[in-house]
Amino acid sequence: MTNMPILKEREKQIYQKGAQAFDMTCEKKSLAGSVSQRACVFCGSRVVLYPIADALHLIHGPIGCASYTWDIRGALSSGPQLHRMSFSTDLKEKDIIFGGEKKLYGSRVQLIDKYHPNAAFVYATCIVGLIGDDVDSICKRVSDEKGIPVLPVHSEGFKGTKKDGYKAACDAMAHIVGTGSIEGIGELSLNIMGEFNIAGEAWIIQDYYEKMGLEVVSVFTGDGRVDKIKRSHGAKLNVVQCSGSMMHLAEIMKEKYGIPYIRVSYFGIEDMSKALYDVAEHFSDHPEVMEKTQNIVRKEIQAINPVLKQYKKVLSGKKAAIYVGGAFKAFSMIKALRSLGMEVVLAGSQTGNKDDYKLLREMCNDGTVILDDANPLELSKYCIEKGADLFIGGVKERPMAYKMGIGFCDHNHERKLSLAGYSGMLNFAKEVYSSVKSPVWKFAPEKKLS
Amino acid sequence: MKAQKNIEYKATSNACKLCSPLGASLVFRGIEKSMPLLHGSQGCSTYIRRYLISHFNEPVDIASSNFTEETTIFGGGANLKIAVQNIIKQYDPELIGVATTCLSETIGDDVPLILRDYNKNDSGKLSPAIVSVSTPSYSGTHIDGFHGAVKATVDTIAEKGNIEAKHVNIFPNMLSPEDLRHLKDIFFDFGAEHIMLPDYSQTLDGPLWSEYQKIPEGGTTVKQIASMGDAAASIEFGRILAEEESAGKLLKKKFQVPCYSLGIPIGVNETDVFFNALSTITGKPVPEKYVQERGRLIDAYADGHKYVFEARAVVYGEEDLVIGLASFLSEIGIVPVLCASGGESGHLKNKLCQVIPDFETRGIEALEGVDFVDIGDAAKKLSPDFLIGSSKGYKIAREINKPLIRVGFPIHDRMGGARILHIGYKGTQQLFDTISNIIIASKQDASSVGYTYM
Repeated sequence: MTNMPILKEREKQIYQKGAQAFDMTCEKKSLAGSVSQRACVFCGSRVVLYPIADALHLIHGPIGCASYTWDIRGALSSGPQLHRMSFSTDLKEKDIIFGGEKKLYGSRVQLIDKYHPNAAFVYATCIVGLIGDDVDSICKRVSDEKGIPVLPVHSEGFKGTKKDGYKAACDAMAHIVGTGSIEGIGELSLNIMGEFNIAGEAWIIQDYYEKMGLEVVSVFTGDGRVDKIKRSHGAKLNVVQCSGSMMHLAEIMKEKYGIPYIRVSYFGIEDMSKALYDVAEHFSDHPEVMEKTQNIVRKEIQAINPVLKQYKKVLSGKKAAIYVGGAFKAFSMIKALRSLGMEVVLAGSQTGNKDDYKLLREMCNDGTVILDDANPLELSKYCIEKGADLFIGGVKERPMAYKMGIGFCDHNHERKLSLAGYSGMLNFAKEVYSSVKSPVWKFAPEKKLS
Repeated sequence: MKAQKNIEYKATSNACKLCSPLGASLVFRGIEKSMPLLHGSQGCSTYIRRYLISHFNEPVDIASSNFTEETTIFGGGANLKIAVQNIIKQYDPELIGVATTCLSETIGDDVPLILRDYNKNDSGKLSPAIVSVSTPSYSGTHIDGFHGAVKATVDTIAEKGNIEAKHVNIFPNMLSPEDLRHLKDIFFDFGAEHIMLPDYSQTLDGPLWSEYQKIPEGGTTVKQIASMGDAAASIEFGRILAEEESAGKLLKKKFQVPCYSLGIPIGVNETDVFFNALSTITGKPVPEKYVQERGRLIDAYADGHKYVFEARAVVYGEEDLVIGLASFLSEIGIVPVLCASGGESGHLKNKLCQVIPDFETRGIEALEGVDFVDIGDAAKKLSPDFLIGSSKGYKIAREINKPLIRVGFPIHDRMGGARILHIGYKGTQQLFDTISNIIIASKQDASSVGYTYM
């Protein structure tokens, strides 16, 4: 055991399977002073809307929020690159005193005239409400003047958690959905939701669907375009990945336009195949879809299986720790790691809910530690105690893993490697292999438990 | 460009600056057994951690007081106290550095008062030292947060004992861990005891661990900071900092410690000034090792002068770094055609004139308070041979198809940002070789025959 202390208020957010009765607390604000790995409401909105490449994203507030999110995601666009710019009203002291409305209006108009976006989002950061800026009415005014949707995103950092930011982003997008023509959209059509085209992943998935004979009307939000979002209500099915971020919009579209949704994951062979089959099943009136799907799945698996087997030989028995944003990703990852012969000894998420953790518990082996909204000390403590060989997480967790002399795989939104789909599974296996089996770890100092 | 700044409501696009709590966090990571605590939303800590981690490739724990809606209505006092308590329980620090954010400043939290109250109620337990600094993100940039935290730390902790003054205080400005290590070597070789604040040379660039370090080893100790009031002299780097109420000037005012305000020692001219100051303070000659380093550097200048002469450079970053680099570039005949910063001290041009005597006749543009779109627009007109600054200029370099020499902070797209040496004769030597070779390589690559000698 390590001597790293666990804060009393955090004890209920940590569970070890087999050692105690399951009674996890989650979905609460992070504890002050705990050093949560979470970001804020703004972050939630920003990551969801970020990949919409022909929209202008203006961050209303002092400079920090814009600086730290400049070109931060590996969300690729096949055309415009406007989403990779960082725009800020850069509020100064006098704006805090006299209000930032004029600056917001002026900046907004100037940027729209310069970049000609098809829509504009205005992110309200922490102090915007406090200084009394009426963001909604300014957005409306600019929208009227410029003839494009200009949408406020109420993402004040302190008003909840990242999940509330997802919701604010969905609410903003809901204003665009339904404003375009749905002419020409057929019966075999769908929207891909909760897929952000990190390293081109949405293109891989879209390609599968097209080979199945399905039309992808809009991707929310990977390689996103305003015009496609406008007509997305013409699709006959919403296929939602990433549990947290897009469910709210899927619900809105179900209620308003009667579009059903299904939840999927594109990570790992098992879940990827299930996603395609579930979608094919939805269109069972058209049996040719299922037929095509079976062919695709068979072909894809045949192509990667021999190589995966090679990786499995060397990775078998290795232990992994995973810490992700939304818990949904963890489920797929556990399955994918198992298919490589690896065992998960720690699984945690920033924003999981009770059902997520229950499911995680069912999936995990005895002794696995499950963590909600963990901090660096907890993650390190259990990595050491459980003898993890690999950590899967984001940039913030990377140096932690390396300091402990264990491998790391980036599964967050900054990566440049596609991990979704069948080819993604191969990339994932290779990535895990190149970190776990690197010869450099032999130089790492011997670990002492203290 | 100045006229453009006068358009009243212009957005900042691709900022060439960060917010002030980042600078303060960096300082508190350079004090031994210290934890930074940002008084604001969770996102501030997490974004700043991520930004620093991507540069240093080291764990950077920064706590947050984690504002909620209630906190913004009723004040952040209760949250701040809980945060302090939880940090003590988890990290057992010797110092907690509290930096405010735009949120806590806007609601008007009186942090010093809250902390005084906390100390009173803390029933006799051994508490860590607590330093608080006001860093509203709407005021100044990360460099102001950096200097503000250094000053607040000195103001809170430094005192005057009755010991004989012999050590030298060094306030190095926002340099790389490698720079800080080099500075330590210089002081050691001079036989001069020194106290450097901050010192993240080890905390943000250390070896792998055999056991988990809650707070990475290294940093200026609280005890050392306490004795800064007893120093024989202070040296602070930064010609812009020289104009500001700095930690060095505070020690002069409070404890009569003489303060030497120098430029960041990049290039022969500015490094000579630093070594001369050390000689004056210690009464010792410059050690032979550095005489040799200086000699080799000038020898390299002679060998390479033709390759760099009248090359055109775009320089950007914190104003003091820009001045240091511009001083070096002009002393080897490179024209820093554009010297740009997101900072707005109002002194950039004046200070550049001090280090570049023919500034006016060279047609050099000095731009304060600009962003990377402004810098890119100006760069396109100036047809530079290379850019020098942080990795954030990459987009421009790619657009105009010119090389980018990565220095300073942040370097998010290459290895080893923490190990770039900028200062002293040795750092200048490395910069000179890098710049010369980039120019030589550009010509070589463009050659139709691909020659194999220079």
